[in-house]
Amino acid sequence: MTANVIVSGSLRNRLAIILTGGAALLALVLYLVVRALAAQVAQQGQDNILSASMSSVLDTAVIRDGRVMLDFPYSSFSMLNTQADDRVFYAIYEGETLLSGYDWLVVPDDLAPENTVFETTTINGDQLRVATGSRVLIGSDGPRNVSVSIAQTQDALSNTLNGISRNVAFLGLGFFLMSSALAIWAASTTSGQMRRLTTSVTRRGPQDLSPVTKAVPSEMAPLVGSLNTFMSRLDHTLTQSEDFIAEAAHRIRTPLATVRSHAEATLQRVDREDNRKSLQAMVRAIDESSRTAGQLLDHAMVTFRAENLEMSQVDLADLLQELVLGMTPVAEMKDITITMKVESPATLLGDAILLQNALRNLIDNALKYAPAETSLLVEVSRSPTLSVSVYDEGQGFAPDEIETLSGRFVRGKNMGNKVGSGLGLTIAQEVAVAHGGKLTLSNRPEGGACVTLFF
Amino acid sequence: MRYLVLLILLLAPFGILAREWEDQQVFGSSDRPPLRILSSTDTSFFAPIIEDFIAMSPNTSVEYFVTGTVELDQMFRAAPDQFDVVISSAMDLQLKLANDGFSSTVMNVDHPDWAQWHNSLFAFTSEPAAIVINRKAFDGLNIPGRRQDLIQLMRDHPDRFQGRVGTYDVRQSGLGYLFATQDARATETYWRLTEVMGRVGAKLYCCSGQMIDDLRSGDLIMAYNVLGSYAQAQAAISDDLMVILPSEFPTTMMRTILASAAAPDPQRAHRFVRHLLQLQSIGDPTIFPLPPLAVSEDFQTQRTINLDPALMTYLDQMKREAFIREWEDAIVQVD
Repeated sequence: MTANVIVSGSLRNRLAIILTGGAALLALVLYLVVRALAAQVAQQGQDNILSASMSSVLDTAVIRDGRVMLDFPYSSFSMLNTQADDRVFYAIYEGETLLSGYDWLVVPDDLAPENTVFETTTINGDQLRVATGSRVLIGSDGPRNVSVSIAQTQDALSNTLNGISRNVAFLGLGFFLMSSALAIWAASTTSGQMRRLTTSVTRRGPQDLSPVTKAVPSEMAPLVGSLNTFMSRLDHTLTQSEDFIAEAAHRIRTPLATVRSHAEATLQRVDREDNRKSLQAMVRAIDESSRTAGQLLDHAMVTFRAENLEMSQVDLADLLQELVLGMTPVAEMKDITITMKVESPATLLGDAILLQNALRNLIDNALKYAPAETSLLVEVSRSPTLSVSVYDEGQGFAPDEIETLSGRFVRGKNMGNKVGSGLGLTIAQEVAVAHGGKLTLSNRPEGGACVTLFF
Repeated sequence: MRYLVLLILLLAPFGILAREWEDQQVFGSSDRPPLRILSSTDTSFFAPIIEDFIAMSPNTSVEYFVTGTVELDQMFRAAPDQFDVVISSAMDLQLKLANDGFSSTVMNVDHPDWAQWHNSLFAFTSEPAAIVINRKAFDGLNIPGRRQDLIQLMRDHPDRFQGRVGTYDVRQSGLGYLFATQDARATETYWRLTEVMGRVGAKLYCCSGQMIDDLRSGDLIMAYNVLGSYAQAQAAISDDLMVILPSEFPTTMMRTILASAAAPDPQRAHRFVRHLLQLQSIGDPTIFPLPPLAVSEDFQTQRTINLDPALMTYLDQMKREAFIREWEDAIVQVD
């Protein structure tokens, strides 16, 4: 049934992808944010130590004998010792003049006193963090500005950061995995509701068009509501068609029967040869019309019933026996003998009315096209599959028509002056297809046609 | 004239080597340029190590240059590409070299963390600064155990000590300066000791070797902050010498090695560093005659100078000026 539904993606997959994608995005954001925070905290830590070191140096600045002197303690640098043995650089300036330290370490110009400035620079490819502070000393010759820069490489910092990054990456991955598991669970729970509804609808019998009464989630209520409305409309329409078919059969057959009986009665009273001939032609035409009407109704019914087969165990032997018995009078009129050859048991699960219709049309056709004083063989075979074949001794099918003959309203060339609707084989074929079988046409090597219904 | 210019140009790179060395020796022979070691350690201590290295790596020759720690530092800074390996007892100068990027990182070295810095400076000895006395000249005096005893002795017997006390001239010797600054950092006693030594007219030396020579000859009765390892080696030969480690704390120095970042063949330099550290950890005195790193319990009682950036403190220009001025005030008697 799903074969002819256009499928575009899957709700469950879509839900799972959206949720896991969201989880991945969140994990990534978590990683980046925590890493950035960690970097900030770690940098803050290094800045604090650099600042403390710088202050401890700057605090020792004094003017002695007119010279700026800094007798900074051993701890100024020892506090900069790190696990990764970061390298340390410093520069002490008085105004623009280097008092001691590394001359390439340039003190920023816009340095406000009592204010620590942090900078990140690079030396030979190594990141360098520089803390700079300044102080004004009042000497006898006026104010003198002393500035101190302490710089440190960032190996320990980046080691710490790498460690944190690794941990945060694991955290993010764990978060992602848990979210994904949750997402998949949520998606399958949601789609499970859909699947349960589908199962309950699919499992129904062909005649069950009652509304769905099972509780469904609110999101699915409109769909189920529409489905229920649709099914009740379908139920209504089907009832109407059945009524219409019955009504049409009645309306057409009854007046035809009346016309025929009138023509028969008239035929008894008419003596002139040409009038009798006209009346006989009329009766024959009425018969054909009646037959055609019957076939049309049969076809309509087959079309309708094929959608909703009423399955039961059918014994083909019984069915055929009954049909042949009913047709014997017609056959005797043409001096045709009907022989039956049955391999029993010949039962199958199928719609009895449809099968009867199909087989009647086959035998009817054969009787119609078979020449007088011939015999007709109806054979039920069980191998390779269950099949019913009807053999006649007529002209057979034109070989180039075999493919097309079972089409609707298609009539063979070899039928001479016989009148027909061209629906007989179509009905048989549709029934065969409805039962999962097929209809094949062939010519017998010794002459005559063979029509076989395989199930 | 043109040839002269060419000659000068050709010899220019060797100019640095054409100076006066305390010692200069070539080990092994090879068609390749020799591994150049710039060192402050006497050749006698390093000869077995270098010979072992040459035995392990064929077609290698080693040129060993010895000079003082301060000169060594200046020379290496001026021409870092002229030397492959630098060995010095002045930990502060060595650490500053490594800090300033003159050393290259030697990876995959199995060495205790406290004995290395930045994977590029490696300590391989533990050598305390000692008080060395001439037993004969000390006759009748109490053997001092602490710095305080030494001060007391010199105060009580200034006539016996007058002009016969020796110590490092911290202005000339990097190691002397390191010992002095570390002593001063640890105890106020150092300044009183220095002052007392100044009062008895202490003689100032550039190197431990000369101090020991003068002790042996009896010119000195006592020397302070002599490199213990050298003194022990001499005391083993001469009964007159007695090496005393101050009982309150012996300031302990670690000799360090670094591979030059500008070395022509860095792999060979690294190999030598690894080889030396390996010999240190094996500690066979016939191949490694220097005192190996102290890892025993007495390491706790010794005051080993840490390898950390604080060593650069006293190398600061202003700090150094101030310290030397104070030291001169104490030891150099004007009158």
